[in-house]
Amino acid sequence: MAWTKKVLRVNLTAGTCTTEPLNQQWAQDYLGQRGLATKYLCSEIDPKVDPLAEGNKLIFVTGPLTGTMAATGGRYSVVTKGPLTGAIACSNSGGYFGAELKFAGWDMVIFEGRSAKPVYLLIIDGKAELLDASHLWGKTTWHTEETIKKAHQDPQIRVASIGRAGESGVMYAAIVNDLHRAAGRSGVGAVMGSKNLKAVAVRGTLTDAYQVANPEAFFTAVDAGKAVLAANGVTGVGLPTYGTQVLMNIINELGALPSYNHREAQFEGANAIGGEAMHEKRPTDGKPNLVKNGACFGCTIACGRISRMDPNHFSVKDKPQYHGASGGVEYEAAWALGAANGVSDLEALTYANFLCNEDGYDPISFGATVGAAMELYDLGILTEAEVGLKLTWGSAEALVKLAEWTAVGEGFGKIIGLGSKRLCAKYGRPELSMTVKGQEFPAYDGRGLQGMGLEYATSNRGACHVRGYMVSPEVLGIPVKMEPQATEGKPAMLKAFQDLTAVVDSAGICLFTTFAWGLQDIQPQIQAACEGDWSEERLLLVGERIWNLEREFNLGAGLSKKDDTLPPRLLTEAIKTGPQKGAVCHLDKMLPEYYEVRGWSAEGVPTAATRTRLSL
Amino acid sequence: MQKSLHIDPNKCTGCLQCEMACSWENHHSFTIAKSRIKVFSFHEAARFVPYTCTQCDEAWCMMACPTEAIKLDPVTGAKIVLDPTCVGCKVCTIACPFGTINYVASSGKVQKCDLCGGAPACAKACPTGAITFVDADWTGLEKMRQWADKTDTNPATV
Repeated sequence: MAWTKKVLRVNLTAGTCTTEPLNQQWAQDYLGQRGLATKYLCSEIDPKVDPLAEGNKLIFVTGPLTGTMAATGGRYSVVTKGPLTGAIACSNSGGYFGAELKFAGWDMVIFEGRSAKPVYLLIIDGKAELLDASHLWGKTTWHTEETIKKAHQDPQIRVASIGRAGESGVMYAAIVNDLHRAAGRSGVGAVMGSKNLKAVAVRGTLTDAYQVANPEAFFTAVDAGKAVLAANGVTGVGLPTYGTQVLMNIINELGALPSYNHREAQFEGANAIGGEAMHEKRPTDGKPNLVKNGACFGCTIACGRISRMDPNHFSVKDKPQYHGASGGVEYEAAWALGAANGVSDLEALTYANFLCNEDGYDPISFGATVGAAMELYDLGILTEAEVGLKLTWGSAEALVKLAEWTAVGEGFGKIIGLGSKRLCAKYGRPELSMTVKGQEFPAYDGRGLQGMGLEYATSNRGACHVRGYMVSPEVLGIPVKMEPQATEGKPAMLKAFQDLTAVVDSAGICLFTTFAWGLQDIQPQIQAACEGDWSEERLLLVGERIWNLEREFNLGAGLSKKDDTLPPRLLTEAIKTGPQKGAVCHLDKMLPEYYEVRGWSAEGVPTAATRTRLSL
Repeated sequence: MQKSLHIDPNKCTGCLQCEMACSWENHHSFTIAKSRIKVFSFHEAARFVPYTCTQCDEAWCMMACPTEAIKLDPVTGAKIVLDPTCVGCKVCTIACPFGTINYVASSGKVQKCDLCGGAPACAKACPTGAITFVDADWTGLEKMRQWADKTDTNPATV
């Protein structure tokens, strides 16, 4: 009952919107959101399809807990084949959009084909129509959201859209909803742009679209879950106070904060760009960068940063449109825009982050690509004449210019928009690209944290921190403390995290709950909301099934064991300084064992026995 | 003792748990479109403001109603819409200076906050204490306490 049991299929080529019933067997096998959409995608497209071709599909999907009072129950995902990686892409976002889609009565929207001209989809409860978006093409996500609300005289419409980055094919373009929440990674926004789909706008007012199966048990479980979040040091204090930025100094002190395109594993400017710095009054105007923390739909943690820039900062001095409050830097953005390329100017990072939201592109991939470009420049491979500016390490001016150029596909921004892998290949130094399967690393060094190294190598969507967050055991001691440099036991722990994460991502709740929640806190909420028997064992089996289905999609797409690796820098260049000095990632010790605990062959292919066990 | 809803916008994070709780209480659904309390987001000012009926003593909605469909709950002080009597004329929505009584097309009646009979679901659901249900005569008590805490007239302790 927690599903609306309705799927909206939008054929952009034909311009049609049709309703079909949700495949309820698949809902039982894959729960919702990430898992369910993966099942649909794998069943409907050829994994070898060109991600930006008409044959690719783009799925917006909610989970059974989306749009309920479960804490953080507002998530949705966008699932497609990613252009950055050529692998399955699944990007998860908060804000208010996902819940609104449920209120309108839809579990998911499947886009197929390609529109001849720019369009946007308007969903008002059961009614869906494609409308002309010619006037929105070439505009930002912020402009698009405002224009659509005004056009339909409804400020309560929620909008997910692409900016100019998605239109111009930035390989890591994002889909932005509610101004500064994003389905950020793997280039899902570029797929949307390739379909000439500018936005999805939705307003939901139905009271009978879905229901929790057992309200009494549901509220008992939900209230208990909220109490656990409130009492936990990370979710109750750390995240609301400092946001994910609480990690900047912790990871830096641990010696696992990659900087200068992973040449170093600590950043001397970490203090200046971390969570504490956002609270400090600026010497220039006496005000702190951080104005307030904000929540996504239904979230009782509220880790979101809302920042206001110094109006006299060089990047916005003559641009009053950026003087109001907007989405501030989270840890990943601050790291990528800052540490990855040596920039320690918090205001410059904030401005670049505003642009990432405004025109829809992933700050992790963008910042990391700038870092790679700076290394190429440092080596004399890129020149000032070619780039159009001095691309020296730590240059806030260069960061700001490249952010502006990438947003609109201008000058060298076109090259930065290709991502680190294609950039480094273009200039003959592919080994300098800090990527896995074409996707840039996030903010943890895979040498400093061995489990994270294995996680990056095996993640189904390329380098990513939110597919099996080994930082939990390796740094925070959740659920048990594991030494960062140990390799023993890491493959099995990673598998457990990957499977659990797949469940969380399929339920409609936020992964950040798992700083405090274990499966024992999540299971009763799912059990009470959904029909059927959802034991912990069954949920973990669902998670494992999802992981293996994603793996099979990637194998079908042509990826293989050879792609489960790390750049040579992480495998052979030891960390030079700090607590993890001397470390490289011992992937060779962990990967065979990982395949074994996964029930895969030595070539990384799920065995017949594993496929049978998972009913694949 | 009469109690009233007390709202502190500074504490609001915009999570909308209050709107879902209100909708559940009154419509058995989480649909925030049906909520009687609304959280407004002033994006550029970084402000979230929960807003609902303040239960005016001299309630203009009640006085404007031609069918006497709005009654005082003597226990809670809430002004309550009597559904069987309401004819959906919407005159109350015009009379209310704050916009906190609204028409519901699906039922053909108006709806407004009724304080959930004395245990408001929004206040219970609020995770940050932005919405509380407190002594109506002392809604300023916490603010007074905070300022009192800043008062120190003994130089020896400074």
